[in-house]
Amino acid sequence: MLEKAFYGDKKYWAWLSFLALVIFVGLLFYLRQFNEGLTITGLKRDVTWGFYIAQFTFLVGVAASAVMVVLPYYLHNYKAFGKITILGEFVAIGSVLMCMLFIFVDMGQPFRIVNVFRYPTFNSLMFWDTVALGGYLLLNIVISRVTLSSERKGIAPPGWIKPIIIISIPWAISIHTVTAFLYSGLAARSFWLTAVLAPRFLASAFASGPALLILIVYIVRKVSKFDPGKDAVQKLAVIVTYAMSMNIFLILMEIFTAFYGNIPEHMRHFQYLFVGLDGYNTLVPWMWTSVILAVVSLILLINPKTRRNETVLGFACFFVFLSIWIDKGLGMVVTGFVPNPLGKVIEYWPTFPEIMISLGVYAIGIFLITVFYKIALSVRERIA
Amino acid sequence: MGIDRRGFIRIAGLTAFGAMSNSVFDHAVASEEITEEGLVAASLKAHRWAMVIDIKKCQEQHGCTKCIDACHTVHNVPDYENPKDEIKWIWHETYEHTFHEQEHEHLPEHLRHLPVLVLCNHCDNPPCVRVCPTKATFQRNDGIVAMDMHRCIGCRYCVAACPYGSRSFNWREPKRWFEENDVDINKSFPTRTRGVVEKCNFCAERLVKGQIPACVEACEANAMFFGDLDDPDSEVREILSSRFSIRRKPNLGTLPQIYYLL
Repeated sequence: MLEKAFYGDKKYWAWLSFLALVIFVGLLFYLRQFNEGLTITGLKRDVTWGFYIAQFTFLVGVAASAVMVVLPYYLHNYKAFGKITILGEFVAIGSVLMCMLFIFVDMGQPFRIVNVFRYPTFNSLMFWDTVALGGYLLLNIVISRVTLSSERKGIAPPGWIKPIIIISIPWAISIHTVTAFLYSGLAARSFWLTAVLAPRFLASAFASGPALLILIVYIVRKVSKFDPGKDAVQKLAVIVTYAMSMNIFLILMEIFTAFYGNIPEHMRHFQYLFVGLDGYNTLVPWMWTSVILAVVSLILLINPKTRRNETVLGFACFFVFLSIWIDKGLGMVVTGFVPNPLGKVIEYWPTFPEIMISLGVYAIGIFLITVFYKIALSVRERIA
Repeated sequence: MGIDRRGFIRIAGLTAFGAMSNSVFDHAVASEEITEEGLVAASLKAHRWAMVIDIKKCQEQHGCTKCIDACHTVHNVPDYENPKDEIKWIWHETYEHTFHEQEHEHLPEHLRHLPVLVLCNHCDNPPCVRVCPTKATFQRNDGIVAMDMHRCIGCRYCVAACPYGSRSFNWREPKRWFEENDVDINKSFPTRTRGVVEKCNFCAERLVKGQIPACVEACEANAMFFGDLDDPDSEVREILSSRFSIRRKPNLGTLPQIYYLL
């Protein structure tokens, strides 16, 4: 089955070569970071987590969102998703691997990462996050491999895989919940110290992930003869709509509590994000872009006429994805540190090497997802 | 061939894993030879070490940095002179930042900008210890929150968890700074490697030799007191029971063990 990855047209190889080049450049910058230390990033004494950890957080959401196709298909027998569950699972595998790489590049002592297993520490959420992510990766590898090879042979998947698929559903919820707990359990950082953080993470994940999947379906239709069907896309669009509405709702809950409750420690972070604080406002234009994208996408998604138009839907999904990426991939992590626990505003912005390393990690994930898709689509095209 | 492709990958993986874990064993060796009996006899012991800082007395010294210099010299703390990579164990912070939830606009100007000494609070309920994924930071029986520099993976979760900004990360190679600036390294205390977190250790390495913390020893204004809070006859207990004292962010439940006299 794996050999199908080696037979592709020119476009396939050109795409993979391009990604390989980005990976290579990222690797060169990582070697520089490895030699000189994290000082080459924009990270500093007062903002110790930044772009890497934010990408990790965002991608955990994308990985978890596979559950939005797996759950309707396996629990509710929603047949229209039969053809795209495998696409969702492959995105999940690629995303979890990117998450692990983003953690790796963020470590001060990357080769000591085995210490997490040599001295397992149950009171640390980071230990549990490692367990959750590792388990989720394993589950998705097993599930996608077994279901795809049965499909190729034209037989029903073996019975033992069903309970494993059922386990993968709450497991997907758990990876993003535990990731939220990394933040929301810290009394030192009032911006993250909110019970709504885990639900908010899940809502934004279930909007951004399926939005990405719709865009991927559009690409798949262009480059292969495989089409998961209009019904599947429309159902995904409804999921994106509900999840995005929930996400906005939960953000507004946060803002209400902080501002009506008038708690300075909570308000100051939101002020930094949306209007700037003590003259510092690097993230302000980004956050308003995110807000505008969110509002426009919601209008396009909630209105059935625009949602059912596949071109408009494509734009709406792109806006959702971008809006949530700005919120989680730029704002969420850094703002926990700004202002710092002493009330000082010390800003952060990623450096060029930091962005190149991040692009390299993204390229590795996209490379793998491309290869997985190539295999799945070859199997599908042969059956079709 | 007795080994197939999968078998090879498995063995190669295990070998790489073994090689990685070996690098963790390169523990530093203390340069001073002290016998175990000698240590036990001489060392200062307590059930709960704590510190009291008299802000007013300290302020009367007008910009004195003897305690800071002493600490940073004995502990080989580099001075990068840039806030981005900065490492500090003990430093001056203004009153408005140290106790920023207590600050108000009618405070006398001199008080608002009053320099207050800040350092690790050696909390009784330390959030940094709770979050560390490898137990590289841990609490000793005498209350000191200590670091194992050889176990730290540099994830900086403890930095995020500390409500006092007391932890510094080695963004650069600290030894290089000593070489480039021709600063002598104190051979009796290890330098750190790049990529680990460090902070005040209440001079655990001095206590074991029967010495009080370097900052307290260096203070000529008699503004710093160090002792066992569990001992009702100790100097720190006597001061705390006779004078008004405050702690930083007591509302977070971390039970900080640095007490400030105003």
